[in-house]
Amino acid sequence: MTEAHSIVPSDELPAVHTPPGREVAVELVGVHKWYGEFHVLKDINLKVKRGERIVICGPSGSGKSTMIRCINRLEEHQQGSIVVDGVELTNDLKRIDEIRREVGMCFQHFNLFPHLTILENCTLAPIWVRKMPKKDAEELAMHFLKKVKIPEQAGKFPGQLSGGQQQRVAIARALCMKPKIMLFDEPTSALDPEMVKEVLETMVSLAEEGMTMLCVTHEMGFARQVANRVIFMDAGQIIESNEPNAFFSNPQHERTKLFLSQILH
Amino acid sequence: MSLTFDDGTFIRAQMQTPLPPPRRNVGVIGWVRQNLFSSISNGVLTILGILLVAWILPPLLRFLLIDAVWTGDNREACLGAQVGACWPFIKAKFAQLIYGFYPSGERWRVDLVFFLGVALLVPLLVLSWPHKRLNSFLFFVAYPILAFILLTGGNIGASNFLLGHFGLMQMVAGDASVAGLRLGFWLDFLITTALCVAVAYLIGRLATGSGRGAATMTAYVFAGLGAITLLWDVDFGLERVETRQWGGLLVTLVIAVTGIVASMPLGIALALGRRSKMPIVRLLSVIFIEFWRGVPLITVLFFATYMLPLFLPVGVNPDGLLRALVGVALFTAAYIAEVVRGGLQAIPKGQYEGAMAMGLTWSQMMRLIILPQALTLVIPGIVNSFISLFKDTTLVLIVSIFDFLGQLRAAFTDPNWATPVTLYTGFAFAGIVYFIFCFGMSRYSLFVERRLNTSHRH
Repeated sequence: MTEAHSIVPSDELPAVHTPPGREVAVELVGVHKWYGEFHVLKDINLKVKRGERIVICGPSGSGKSTMIRCINRLEEHQQGSIVVDGVELTNDLKRIDEIRREVGMCFQHFNLFPHLTILENCTLAPIWVRKMPKKDAEELAMHFLKKVKIPEQAGKFPGQLSGGQQQRVAIARALCMKPKIMLFDEPTSALDPEMVKEVLETMVSLAEEGMTMLCVTHEMGFARQVANRVIFMDAGQIIESNEPNAFFSNPQHERTKLFLSQILH
Repeated sequence: MSLTFDDGTFIRAQMQTPLPPPRRNVGVIGWVRQNLFSSISNGVLTILGILLVAWILPPLLRFLLIDAVWTGDNREACLGAQVGACWPFIKAKFAQLIYGFYPSGERWRVDLVFFLGVALLVPLLVLSWPHKRLNSFLFFVAYPILAFILLTGGNIGASNFLLGHFGLMQMVAGDASVAGLRLGFWLDFLITTALCVAVAYLIGRLATGSGRGAATMTAYVFAGLGAITLLWDVDFGLERVETRQWGGLLVTLVIAVTGIVASMPLGIALALGRRSKMPIVRLLSVIFIEFWRGVPLITVLFFATYMLPLFLPVGVNPDGLLRALVGVALFTAAYIAEVVRGGLQAIPKGQYEGAMAMGLTWSQMMRLIILPQALTLVIPGIVNSFISLFKDTTLVLIVSIFDFLGQLRAAFTDPNWATPVTLYTGFAFAGIVYFIFCFGMSRYSLFVERRLNTSHRH
């Protein structure tokens, strides 16, 4: 693929911050991955700048989830290099943990811990990974729960919340680790239509604060509103990468045109 | 007004308010209808059940209570045509059933162990009571050490640790001893500790670059081991009671409690090992589990008692009860491991990923996220294993350890109490005792299950 993408900041959102030195948050170079004989990722090259917001879309089975799961080593790549926040991913467990501390992730099925309360879900990692005192961790958790607008649910268990509320807790839980990069793996696909909006609003507010985000989603409205760049994947490859206006109004590749014609009415 | 018929278009003008359910679905009548006579077959079963109870219960009550003999000094009291249970027999043999042949002057020690056990266990079982950490330390660490001293008398007379077996210590320290502690052993212990710490340091250094963690870990293990041995080696002036003299409920409870407490952590470790990514760990776990599941408990006990001494060096002869304990614990651990593995497999992959994505280490993930959920799921299976272990303890009878049931059968042979009803009375009593313990465990597990289940409410 070509690196011919332009980054045009949209009107109302802040421009990409590029502090001197480490302006690249995530860099994938020539990444390949196989599941047994099946070649799922083929020569992925992607450079994500700090503060950049990227939306990844494509048909199911195109490898988009696998790609972002490689970034925090939930999946292992077999060829190429992945550098996250200046640290290269290898088999060294210490490095993997180091990267996971700095990269937050939200899943399609939330993956909240059902045996812990909402507050405990949020304080777990700060207490055990960041070694934060319990009281401070709880204050931090309440701060982020207020931010996602559900502080009153702190004492409940995940099973007692609606899907949209659970996903917002999952976002708050990830934010409690003060991550530098956030990964979203289809965060709204398992939600009722009425709940999609509340989750997207939370994500938009996160984008407005300048968080580096990689988001696998089919919410094209969200992509138009916050993304700096939209990436289209198919059959384990990046097919097209462009800033949202150009991507939606003037797709170049035939596969992209077909995909967009099927999802945009 | 709402529409009364459907003509294709409809717009609700008024929201409906909730109404109470029909009378026949609530209250006693509702309950009976729903639970006892919900269908014809259910109704037939209900009637058959009532008939069964009516058929069994009266004779049982007549035997155990109404026709039972309550006082008497020997078999004379329990002879006759219409005599029920012979309770004086149980009263006369009660001490034997509880303590076995434990010397009567020393039985206060057993009572103390029982009392402490209950006093520490009850607050541990009541989930809402505070200080669980201190409580579990007392019950799982301090209590076994103390119980060992009380029951055996302590003063184990430790003589050889590791080097001593090669005759190395004899020439250094001779047979000198201070306050009943043999110097040779403790010198041996210190040198072995130093050696092991050094080896751990070297291995740690080669494997991970820093040997300090491994060395301190080893030092702690040896310090703990030393402290326990020291306590057991000190002469508290308690008379020594050989395990051969133990018996009755004491032995049943010792085997059951040790088996339960020891098999649980071992079983969890084996379950994790069997799901490990490291092939050697996995292979060893599989071999261990399948070996112990593949042999009957009787074989294990027989092997431990009669064949193990043939393989051990001369002079090394572990206590008979200890051998049975180890056998029972390892046997149960294999079953627990499979039950726990079932629980681990039921935890969705997303839970692992959620935990890993937050940067938790493997052991944190297991301890905080996976095991609490997995163990809650398999409480019924675990308690099932424990109940079966409790009842299987009676198999130690075949290796000449007289547990509760063994003592009871020994009591049957007393000609003083030879009556036609002695056998029935004894087994009825044994049945009631076993039932109380097993039913207690079962009810408690149900309670815990319901308590912990709140987190899975949807």
